[in-house]
Amino acid sequence: MSNAAVAVRGVGKRFGETEALTDVSFEARHGELFGLVGPDGAGKTTLFRVLTTFLLPDAGSATVLGLDVVRDLWAIRARVGYMPGRFSLYGDLTVAENLSFFASVFGTTIEEGYDLIAPIYRQIESFSGRRADALSGGMKQKLALSCALVHRPDILFLDEPTTGVDAVSRSEFWDQLHTLRESGLTIVVSTPYMDEAMRCDRVALMQGGRILEIDPPGEIGSRYPLPLVAVTGADRYRLLLSLRKAPHAHAVYPFGSELHYTDNRAGLDPGEVASELRDYARGQGFGDVEITAIAAGIEDSFMELMPAPVQRAS
Amino acid sequence: MNLRIVRVLLRKEYLQLFRDKMMLRQMLMLPFIQLLLLSTAATFEVKTANLYLVDRDHSVASRGLVDRLRASGRFRVADASPSMKLADDALLRRSAGMILGIPAGFERDAVRTRSASLQLVFNAEDGALAGVTNSYAQQIIAAYARELGVTFKPMVMETPHIEIRTRGWYNQELDYKDYMVPGILVQLLTLVGTLLTAMNIVREKELGTLEQLNVTPIPRSAFIAAKLIPLWTIALAELSLGLMVARWVFGVPMRGSLVLVFFAACIYLVVALGIGLWISTTVDTQQQAMFISFFLILIYLLMSGLFTPTRSMPEWAQWMAELNPVKHFIWIMRAVLLKGAGLADVARPLAILAASGAVVLTLAVRQYVKTSA
Repeated sequence: MSNAAVAVRGVGKRFGETEALTDVSFEARHGELFGLVGPDGAGKTTLFRVLTTFLLPDAGSATVLGLDVVRDLWAIRARVGYMPGRFSLYGDLTVAENLSFFASVFGTTIEEGYDLIAPIYRQIESFSGRRADALSGGMKQKLALSCALVHRPDILFLDEPTTGVDAVSRSEFWDQLHTLRESGLTIVVSTPYMDEAMRCDRVALMQGGRILEIDPPGEIGSRYPLPLVAVTGADRYRLLLSLRKAPHAHAVYPFGSELHYTDNRAGLDPGEVASELRDYARGQGFGDVEITAIAAGIEDSFMELMPAPVQRAS
Repeated sequence: MNLRIVRVLLRKEYLQLFRDKMMLRQMLMLPFIQLLLLSTAATFEVKTANLYLVDRDHSVASRGLVDRLRASGRFRVADASPSMKLADDALLRRSAGMILGIPAGFERDAVRTRSASLQLVFNAEDGALAGVTNSYAQQIIAAYARELGVTFKPMVMETPHIEIRTRGWYNQELDYKDYMVPGILVQLLTLVGTLLTAMNIVREKELGTLEQLNVTPIPRSAFIAAKLIPLWTIALAELSLGLMVARWVFGVPMRGSLVLVFFAACIYLVVALGIGLWISTTVDTQQQAMFISFFLILIYLLMSGLFTPTRSMPEWAQWMAELNPVKHFIWIMRAVLLKGAGLADVARPLAILAASGAVVLTLAVRQYVKTSA
């Protein structure tokens, strides 16, 4: 038995022809804020459903709090807090009724769990008589988190908790997660957003049902295998097209106001790449480009790890 | 089963049921409106039938017959001529619904041989209407025959394009209400038991709350119990309401024991709820649940003997009807309410219902556990 809060070993799950999870393995430590990062369809939700005993894995094994997800499912269910990706509380019940229902299902009361949920619940408490379906997205999310926490779980699973929530509420929500983590709660959270991934202790990059890399978010880029430079210049779009045609171009993506250029010669000094590329750009008629060697970030890694280019908001 | 959790879930279910004012109102209105429509508007009773008279006898006896038909208020002589051809045309044009043919020598035969021939021809496009009109006419003619002390025998019709179908109505007085109301109450219970159960469970699937509940320590047995018990009680409340309306608004007789009616309803509802639960396991949306429920309920009702007697169905259909819980419950309701049948009289259909209830519920619960595992 492992000391990890979550231990997943070689888990696979398929739905008919689709392989939703393939040989997924990772461990999340006690008290850790662990992130699963990946685009839609990466397998994050399926993994959550396996860990919360909602689905049986086809292959491999997994333990949560040292309990097997297949054998000890009732023990797990009593100690886990789960917030599914979709809002799934009772819209025709009030805020207070929802909360007290979920408390009583676990044999407890709102009062007993109040100090834990207070920082979150206090913000919606004045609406306690309002029907849940009349709440705004941010308030629904706070209610859902309160309902997942009211029985004082030992571990919290949050499946894309900030989807459909405005930017301010998102940031607040992550502040609350950090507060909860400081109280010793283990949190496993999935997100499609890179900025949220940065706020986790460690993240696992997921794509196509596989885990690509597991590292603290700040270190994810350290294993970037190729030299990388940032390019800025006028007429960004033409510059992008032109750089993609450079003789050793591996990948060129727009990142904010810059372009990130990856060279396909591993081990080459990025400074050398920068000066080489400067000459190339001048030759193509881009006189004013500024090119600097940079260290890869989590987004660069993600782009690199993913087999096909994805749309990203910039 | 964890009773504490069942209680918690039950509280939530009742809270939700009573919060849905729209549905509550509908459930209160439904028995009234259904009983009102089906038992008064949708009656088989025929007010007046247009009669074409072909009187070739022109005697006191023939006139007496026509007078009696007319005096009943149920027949109006729309036209008269000695020509059967013209009468046929009137029937085809629908200006008359029936032909009364009185052959020449009608009175003479009646007096001499105490037996005479008569001809009744109906437009049987609407078989039920023709059947009812026929039964009225037969009654009046029979009464007139008794009055004269003679027998009238039907004349064989030779026009091939008119088909007369004879139906056996076991309610000669056409007390349609008494006959329909118990059946309508059964239909009401079936709707609540099957349709609402299926939709209620599927709604949790649709909302995603089922996923949330499945990650809590709620055993499936507790979940199912908490889903079925409220609808079971609501269906029984509907039955009480329906019986009150039937008794006090429509004056339907209640000759048997009401305790027996409720006892049978409790057993029947297990079947109806079990079917609802089974439907909920096979579908993903409320729309699908609704469609499958209606599909099943309509077939059950049509094959139940509510509208047409099962005895007049082909043999395979009668066998199918034996498996139809609606049929058995309608049979019990009619027997107890109208005939005052006791427990011993309805023991067989009751046993069939109990057995189906056990089978359906077991299968549905198994299926539920399997699909949500």
